[in-house]
Amino acid sequence: SLFFSPSRSKSSVEAAPAVMAAEDNDEELSSLEDENVISASEDEEGSEDERKHTKLLEAISSLGGRRRMKQTERSEASLQVSEFSVAADGAGEKVELSDLLGTMEKTPGAPNKTKKQLKNLQNRKDTLELPLSKQETEKVFIIIIIYVPTKPNNLSFQVILPLFREDEKRGEKLARTPLEQEIFSLLHSNSQPIHDPVLTPVEEASIKAMSLEEAKIRRAELQKARALQSYYEAKARRESKIKSKLYHRVQKKAKRRDFLKQFEEMVKTDPDAALEELKRMELSRMQERMTLKHQNSGKWAKAKAIMAKYDHSARKAMQEQLEINKDLTQKLAVPSEDEDEEKNGDEEAGALPDFVNDPEPILDPVNPWMRGKLSKEEPEPEVEASTEARDEDLEVQQQQEEEEEEENEEEKLLREFERKRKLREDEDDDLVPVSAEDGSKITDNNDEDKDDKVDEDDKDEEEEEEEEEEAEEVVSEFNSLFNRLMKSNTTPAVPDQNEGEELLDEGLVRVQTMEDLEALRKDRTNEANQEASVPATDTPTAPESASEPPNKKKRRRKEIDLKKVLTKQATVVKVPLAPTVLEEEEEEEVHTEQAAIIKEAFAGDDVISDFLKDKRKQEEAGRPKVVDLTLPGWGEWGGLGLKPSKNKRRKFRKKVAPPPPRQDKKLPAVIISEKRDASVAAHQVSQLPFPFQNPTQFESCVRTPIGQTWNTQTTVRKLTAPRVVTKMGAIIEPMSREDLVPKQKSNEAKRGAAILLEEKRERGKKKGSGGKRALQQKKKKMQKQKKTKE
Amino acid sequence: MKVKVLCRNPDDYVRETTRDIQRVPRNYDPTLHPFEVPREYTRALNATKLERVFAKPFVASLDGHRDGVNCIAKHSKSLSTVLSGACDGEVKLWNLSKRECLRSVQAHEGFVRGICSRFCGSSFFTVGDDKTIKQWKMGPPGYGLKEEPLNTILGKAVFTGIDHHQSEGTFATCGQTVDIWDELRSSPIRSFSWGVDSFSCVRYNPVETELLASCASDRSIILYDMRESTPLKKVIMKLKSNTLCWNPMEAYYFTCSSEDYNLYTYDMRCLDSPVRVHMDHVSAVLDVDYSPTGKEFVSASFDKTIRIFPKDGGHSREVYHTKRMQHVICVKWSADNKYILSGSDEMNIRLWKANASEKLGVLTAREKAALHYNQKLRDKFQHHPQVRRIARHRHLPRGIFRQKRELKEIKEAQTRKEQNVRKHSKPGSVPLVTEREKHVVTVVE
Repeated sequence: SLFFSPSRSKSSVEAAPAVMAAEDNDEELSSLEDENVISASEDEEGSEDERKHTKLLEAISSLGGRRRMKQTERSEASLQVSEFSVAADGAGEKVELSDLLGTMEKTPGAPNKTKKQLKNLQNRKDTLELPLSKQETEKVFIIIIIYVPTKPNNLSFQVILPLFREDEKRGEKLARTPLEQEIFSLLHSNSQPIHDPVLTPVEEASIKAMSLEEAKIRRAELQKARALQSYYEAKARRESKIKSKLYHRVQKKAKRRDFLKQFEEMVKTDPDAALEELKRMELSRMQERMTLKHQNSGKWAKAKAIMAKYDHSARKAMQEQLEINKDLTQKLAVPSEDEDEEKNGDEEAGALPDFVNDPEPILDPVNPWMRGKLSKEEPEPEVEASTEARDEDLEVQQQQEEEEEEENEEEKLLREFERKRKLREDEDDDLVPVSAEDGSKITDNNDEDKDDKVDEDDKDEEEEEEEEEEAEEVVSEFNSLFNRLMKSNTTPAVPDQNEGEELLDEGLVRVQTMEDLEALRKDRTNEANQEASVPATDTPTAPESASEPPNKKKRRRKEIDLKKVLTKQATVVKVPLAPTVLEEEEEEEVHTEQAAIIKEAFAGDDVISDFLKDKRKQEEAGRPKVVDLTLPGWGEWGGLGLKPSKNKRRKFRKKVAPPPPRQDKKLPAVIISEKRDASVAAHQVSQLPFPFQNPTQFESCVRTPIGQTWNTQTTVRKLTAPRVVTKMGAIIEPMSREDLVPKQKSNEAKRGAAILLEEKRERGKKKGSGGKRALQQKKKKMQKQKKTKE
Repeated sequence: MKVKVLCRNPDDYVRETTRDIQRVPRNYDPTLHPFEVPREYTRALNATKLERVFAKPFVASLDGHRDGVNCIAKHSKSLSTVLSGACDGEVKLWNLSKRECLRSVQAHEGFVRGICSRFCGSSFFTVGDDKTIKQWKMGPPGYGLKEEPLNTILGKAVFTGIDHHQSEGTFATCGQTVDIWDELRSSPIRSFSWGVDSFSCVRYNPVETELLASCASDRSIILYDMRESTPLKKVIMKLKSNTLCWNPMEAYYFTCSSEDYNLYTYDMRCLDSPVRVHMDHVSAVLDVDYSPTGKEFVSASFDKTIRIFPKDGGHSREVYHTKRMQHVICVKWSADNKYILSGSDEMNIRLWKANASEKLGVLTAREKAALHYNQKLRDKFQHHPQVRRIARHRHLPRGIFRQKRELKEIKEAQTRKEQNVRKHSKPGSVPLVTEREKHVVTVVE
């Protein structure tokens, strides 16, 4: 049915299809008529003579140049003529259009246009649509025209707020804040999807490229690889646990032999790879030369040196050590045991992706979180320890220092972690898992004191296990923390519809005087105060937490530390991921995936530590400072180089009573600002009101004064002009069509002058009559007033 | 000898006539006028308080009817004249400025169901329970003449409502069918019915004068075009709507008052869901009328209150009630946007100010300026808690207050229940239905 279209189009006519259909019908009819004519002229040739005759006529007409269509008389061609009715040859059959059209080609006289039309008609397969039903045709289509006023509605006066900008609707301006822009630029640079489609172009391409079977095969392969990997890992672990020296020696020898064989083969078959192998050997040699390994300068070597006088085996061991050094430092030397071990390591590392040991690139251009750096100086741990000690000496009593220390510790830990990573980078070839603690004992690592190492390994493993457990705890803690965060996010998210709207505050109190209003306000402020004091009443719970041993608190804080989580994350086992990318790039992709995981793991790094630091800082700021009121020279000898005595200082140091415990004391993931002043807060807007989009908008709106004190007369008049002005005693009639027709003077309305409804109406009609009417109304009013006076 | 003297131009400080206000040189340097926000805030707070203190909306009560007032009509040309029909069949003409009854006519037997004045203001029409439509002259009958209608049309069934065309000699009635009548004929020129139902209200669109809308007893609102022989479309709601009113400034919006305590504003181009649901009443809403500016509307309810809603606000900005006012049956907003008229069960017509704290009478320019400034200040600081608190405080009678609280609790319980159901059922199986969608059953075309 035809009704108003909700769009802004002024009117719409939908009768078009029907009209089209009718036209089609006409066309067909006319073409059919044509056919009849033609066939009539063509078909009915009774006898030879006639045919000759017509031919002759045609020839003549063609000679004449002007074609004359001759209507021949219709005569029955059929042989059987019934006495009742005329029956043609194929009377019973349905006449096909093609039959009729067949003759068309033969007629020379038919115009090309008609032929084309007929051909088109022949090709048409679809049937014509049914005509409209009676009821529907009965329904008269009346087009109702409503002039929808253009955007600056005549009635929406003076909306000053610069709120609904047109360009904001466009997608381009999606990113408004700098953070959003940054994110967008990042997404853009990585060709990540910005809008709805969740897949990246690469992913889409991969989806296109890979069929289901392929994917299945690939998945199976991956599964197998993963199984193999875990198998090798287990094997390697088992082997590394074997304590027998002999076994290891044999093993090593076998490996070396294998390696040599392989190398020789490699020289023959794959010289490039062999070259690379050689290069690697060269590299290890260089490293050996640079480090003090195998030079009998370590702790172990010193101990052995003492023993060497009496113990033959010790001497031998040292000798071997030196030999190793020699071997390694020789150019083009045969790969040594370490090298061997490296091989061994390689094998194992083959199972494990070697980038697990890769250092995380600190300056990652992709990950924005990693741009933040730790403080650069990396002082020696000993030095730092000493400084620490000094610090401790200096400020033993001060609590604040404790906090600082903690912070230092945190930073230290972070730095240590960095260093650890660097070490890992350096000792890529060292198979033994090196933890930071035994970083100094690296020199000890040689194959001779395997048991030592094994012991250490065991210890390491134990430690690792412990660490893992701890890390797991931390992770669980983290999860719970996260959950709490999420909850805290979700619970207040129940939007109150009424919030934005002007919900009347209806109650049983009737307010009639200013005093009542004051009382109202006081009630309100009391409420606010109560609200403010609610957290204060929470204190009974807080002291409990305060009474807990401080080390516990510390411990908790440390548990939240990410570093431990990071150690956990670094040893992440490869997670089977659904293959989404092309097979050729598999390894790279796995690489990047892992990298992404690691990145993700490290991504939180800065944020959380920053958060913790931030929180600590705020706590710090909130804590009352110790006021030192000591005046040198009072009651004592004063002068250059003299300091007030300790006693005096203690006496005059004023400790301010501790403030009530912070509200966020028990919430590790929350910072609740304590700056809010209840007395002022009662007058402040707590939520951003509806039409405003950010606080600055609102603030700027409030900040602009509109009074006469600050503005000139005209400005004030403009600023305070009401939205709707009505004239007293004038009837406001409903909008008429004339009013709705967009006028040329619509600019006036845009300018935002208040519109007198009455005047507008009068302008819409004739000016003279409007004036008259106004006059009449005035007269009426006067009369009324007179009457009332009487 | 030359004596130097200070010389000033008197134009700078002398006023032209004595009726002018004194010239005051001003310096607008902002440093000289600090604390603009706190000062304006204080002013706004004071303005708000004054507004509330001066909020005395009740103007007058017109008594004289001997039964409940069933319908009110505005005179189309005169602001001070109002027509009212009572449940005993009596029609009264009132002069608002004098607050007196000009004329009373025993128009029908039984209820006067509907009343409307002709667009020219020379006569008015009434329909009643006695199945008649009567046309009456606006002016009093000549001396010695009886009160007699100009015209009487006898219908087949009871008429429940009537409305006159904006500019032509046709009017529409509703009863068992919606009929369009020519003033000069005694039978309807058009008769619409869509299913067997009775209608409670019919209204012409004041802008698109050929359009009509009616409320039917089968919970539907039906739209018609006078030039067509069949209705255009209808929307069926969950509960029956009592009356409706078109927005006089925006032709495609109308608001209907519903039995379910709410009012619904519809866009007639898209009836699938109301544009806005207006709630606050605690009982069935019986009547609704738009302000002539189209910015607000007033609603009368069975809960003995009148509420004023902004046209696009979900909640009322004002509630009027008095101790003696019973169920409000009909309400009208005066054509100069200043007053509201309400007719209630207890036989009175009440006159209210549309803006509760408005000062009546002529204002001087400075008064006006001050009012505007205060209004602007209130608008500017309306979000501040103190201002808001004061501006929104309203007194409610205990009964209504309790009912309101109860309703709130019920609503909360319902939403909670729904949330729980959603939480514990398969995702997507309990869809989230918005308040606007909730009340519409179907749209039929």
